[in-house]
Amino acid sequence: MADQEILRPNGTDELVEAVGQAAARGQRLEVRGGGTKSAIGRPGRDTALLQIQGFDRVIDYDGPELVLTAGASTPLAKIETLLAQNNQMLAFEPFDHGVLFGLPPAATLGGVIAAGVSGSRRLTAGAVRDHFLGLRGVSGRGEAFMGGAKVVKNVTGYDLPKLLANSWGQLAVMTEVTLKVLPRPQTVQTVVLSGLDERQACLIMGQALGSQADVAAAAHLPADINGGLALTALRLEGFEPSVKARVQMVLEQFGATASCDLLPPEASALLWEQVQHVKPLQGEGTLWRINVPPMAGSEVTERLKPYGARCLLDWAGGLVWALLPTTDGGQEVRDVASTLGGHAMLIRAPEALRRSIPTQHPLAPGVAALTQRVKDGFDPAAILDPERFI
Amino acid sequence: MPVPDGAVLSRRGEIVAALRGIVPGEGVISDPASLRAYESDGLTAYRQVPLVVVLPETTAQVSAILRWCNAAGVKVVPRGSGTSLSGGALPLEDGVLLGLSKFNQVLDIDYDSRVAVVQPGVTNLAITRAVEDRGFYYAPDPSSQIACSIGGNVAENSGGVHCLKYGLTTNNVLGVEMVMMDGEVVRLGGQHLDPAGLDLLGIVVGSEGLLGVVTEVTVRILPKPQTARALLLGFETVERAGQCVADVIAAGIIPAGMEMMDRPAIHAAEAFVHAGYPLDVEALLIVELDGPYAECDYLVEQVAKIATANGAVTSRVSTSEDERLAFWAGRKAAFPAVGRISPDYYCMDGTIPRRRLPEVLRRMAALSDHYGLKVANVFHAGDGNLHPLILYDANQPGELERAEDFGADILRLCVEVGGVLTGEHGVGVEKRDLMGTMFTEIDLAHQQRVKCAFDPQLLLNPGKVFPTLHRCAEMGRMHIHHGAVPFPDLPRF
Ligand SMILES: Cc1cc2nc3c(=O)[nH]c(=O)nc-3n(C[C@H](O)[C@H](O)[C@H](O)COP(=O)(O)OP(=O)(O)OC[C@H]3O[C@@H](n4cnc5c(N)ncnc54)[C@H](O)[C@@H]3O)c2cc1C
Ligand SMILES: Cc1cc2nc3c(=O)[nH]c(=O)nc-3n(C[C@H](O)[C@H](O)[C@H](O)COP(=O)(O)OP(=O)(O)OC[C@H]3O[C@@H](n4cnc5c(N)ncnc54)[C@H](O)[C@@H]3O)c2cc1C
Repeated sequence: MADQEILRPNGTDELVEAVGQAAARGQRLEVRGGGTKSAIGRPGRDTALLQIQGFDRVIDYDGPELVLTAGASTPLAKIETLLAQNNQMLAFEPFDHGVLFGLPPAATLGGVIAAGVSGSRRLTAGAVRDHFLGLRGVSGRGEAFMGGAKVVKNVTGYDLPKLLANSWGQLAVMTEVTLKVLPRPQTVQTVVLSGLDERQACLIMGQALGSQADVAAAAHLPADINGGLALTALRLEGFEPSVKARVQMVLEQFGATASCDLLPPEASALLWEQVQHVKPLQGEGTLWRINVPPMAGSEVTERLKPYGARCLLDWAGGLVWALLPTTDGGQEVRDVASTLGGHAMLIRAPEALRRSIPTQHPLAPGVAALTQRVKDGFDPAAILDPERFI
Repeated sequence: MPVPDGAVLSRRGEIVAALRGIVPGEGVISDPASLRAYESDGLTAYRQVPLVVVLPETTAQVSAILRWCNAAGVKVVPRGSGTSLSGGALPLEDGVLLGLSKFNQVLDIDYDSRVAVVQPGVTNLAITRAVEDRGFYYAPDPSSQIACSIGGNVAENSGGVHCLKYGLTTNNVLGVEMVMMDGEVVRLGGQHLDPAGLDLLGIVVGSEGLLGVVTEVTVRILPKPQTARALLLGFETVERAGQCVADVIAAGIIPAGMEMMDRPAIHAAEAFVHAGYPLDVEALLIVELDGPYAECDYLVEQVAKIATANGAVTSRVSTSEDERLAFWAGRKAAFPAVGRISPDYYCMDGTIPRRRLPEVLRRMAALSDHYGLKVANVFHAGDGNLHPLILYDANQPGELERAEDFGADILRLCVEVGGVLTGEHGVGVEKRDLMGTMFTEIDLAHQQRVKCAFDPQLLLNPGKVFPTLHRCAEMGRMHIHHGAVPFPDLPRF
């Protein structure tokens, strides 16, 4: 949309004004941080772009307090660099989606939070929502407000950050966010098991997570996306002596079941990078993200085989990325996810499909109605991109 | 509390009869003597006998009760085990108290997926008891865990000494079944991670029983660590203890627990349980490390070094499980220990940025002089959650009021230094009127509209959390400021 109107308010006062005016005029707004996820959702919506910029300062960062406060348009990369310099990290492993769409990295802190982006360590360390402590923002009412706080432990009032994480710019425009930060592990090693099918892999990942080896992440690359050799990866991280002991525990536990190898740190990093950015599933087709109970992961891959799906499993099987070669099978993906007690989101797809099938998984009627009422409270004029996921 | 509705009080007979129609037998309690057992929760300074108590056994009954009350305009207060320290389960004179004690079954345990599905009246500790023979446990561990219910934990987003490493309730709950005030049953979350749309589960956890009655909870269970070891560290100043905590975290170590006690708390605890605490220090730290043997051994050494560098005058490392438990015994008994040296005590629960601890303790000492009341401090040091225990005697005229004023000043101080009113006990009735020190009217309105989305008539647990509950119709209105200038002067490109 070449001539989409773009608003670039400067500072909170102008933002309040801009959103208030849009509400008065009934002008719909697409909130944009880095725009790395703009290709997610229904295309051709009638919105003006509200570019979030200038909120890009680190406002407070005190490592031992485990808290960081920064403007919402701060580049994710800048924050990650700052934290790395202090041997800390965002433990939910956010990542830049630009890669998925062949774009340069541009993700912002606000965008990553609003899109609820969490990587492989989410399995054990929690998601964005678990590390998102507080925010300032402007709701669809054109009012500046704050929610949560700037300390790691707080139950004062409703936990609004939970609502804003994964809200895709549909409740409020965030201007300032406070996140919990954690120490970066001293060392990382990965044990890979070769040749397992998806069902065996899910079982083994489950057993590993149920052991005392304190596995941080568990993913499975089936043979058809990994050059003919299936790999199941168990990541161990922490202090050297501990990782060493835990690697031994894993090798003892599974050495007899499968062929096990230990990846050194560099190879380990490379592997998880692949998983993080879903690299084996680049290319033509329709990309789905399917969340199910972990033991159901292999069932998803099984049931989608007739559609030619190629899958990557993360979160010990609880997250399945599925690439379908054509636009067929969308309804089946949804049905499979629902039947197995989960949900499926359309991540990358041709425009035509994004017009004909909702991007987000349809909610049960009661929950959908409740969700709508919550949105109405924040955005009564329905200007914050209400049709993105219809 | 809201002024009781005379019309509802006069319909008591009809209300009791309607509830009996839904819950047969002994599930409806209406005789004054039995009602008295429910008149308060863990915050005993507040008491109110409820209109009637109902103890349903099924989700269908909960739904029918709420639907009937909603239609009849009758208020409802949910109650788990009644251990709230903020008056969250305080009954209303004109309200039905809905107790979840009969929802006491563990429904399903799935070790492969590492989840347990339980009814809300199951106690926190009972979840661990149900899974421990397979080497698992439920991580959040409030000190009240033998009594408090998981439904109450969900409502309060409760924590415990291990939540620095393992998270609060909200980080360990995957899904709930919940009945809304109009009787509708919804499921939020499930056995998968992350929701399909807005994270409504995230807002329900910690909502203090104002959004719905939780009738089923799915929690994640974890494998029990191979071992745990603790250090007992004494310091001559609070500053040094605080610096030691900061240095431990700066070294990349997140202990399973990291607790601090000040001199009065140490003395009270030692006199009570004889844990062997040093009495000549200003601050005592208990640092617990858990995980594989190799990890614990390594980290114990690191923490001991950091403590020495910060001038620890006592440094003991547990060499057996008995010794580890002995280190904890004093801390775990801190509340009753203080209860022994004072007729009454009042437990506060603010959180502060930890770097402000020395200043906060200094100003708290000044307040203590001002009010003429002693205070002992226990502190979840890793995450900055402070529990000052104010000592008073309710039989002395005016002391309760003075204790409450002292407490309110402490909480204002917490907010002033960048912290919050409550870290884990909830707002309830206790801190309701202090919400304005942390939030503006506009902030609170954004929260209250969430309440309106769930319970538009404001019948579920009213009088808690919000200083004033505005009618929902009023809240919905938009105020378009600066008139309606159609095309404002905005930078557009
Ligand atoms: C291939 C692919 C895979 C993805 N996988 C995942 C995944 O696994 N999990 C997941 O949760 N997400 C996923 N996403 C979403 C993606 O990671 C995010 O879109 C990206 O991180 C957003 O960063 P950004 O700054 O570019 O945001 P944008 O693309 O600019 O915005 C992303 C969303 O956030 C909103 N937003 C941005 N800034 C603000 C703000 N300040 N206040 C309020 N709202 C704001 C926008 O309105 C938009 O809805 C995926 C995206 C792609 C393309
Ligand atoms: C000695 C002692 C030590 C404590 N230690 C800690 C501690 O270490 N950490 C901590 O966080 N807390 C602690 N607490 C506080 C208290 O135990 C917790 O808040 C606990 O979660 C309350 O659970 P309960 O079942 O007793 O709930 P109740 O007191 O019965 O109710 C608490 C709130 O939850 C609501 N509620 C209860 N059940 C439901 C349900 N099923 N659906 C919807 N709403 C519901 C009630 O309406 C009320 O608002 C302590 C309390 C005591 C007395």
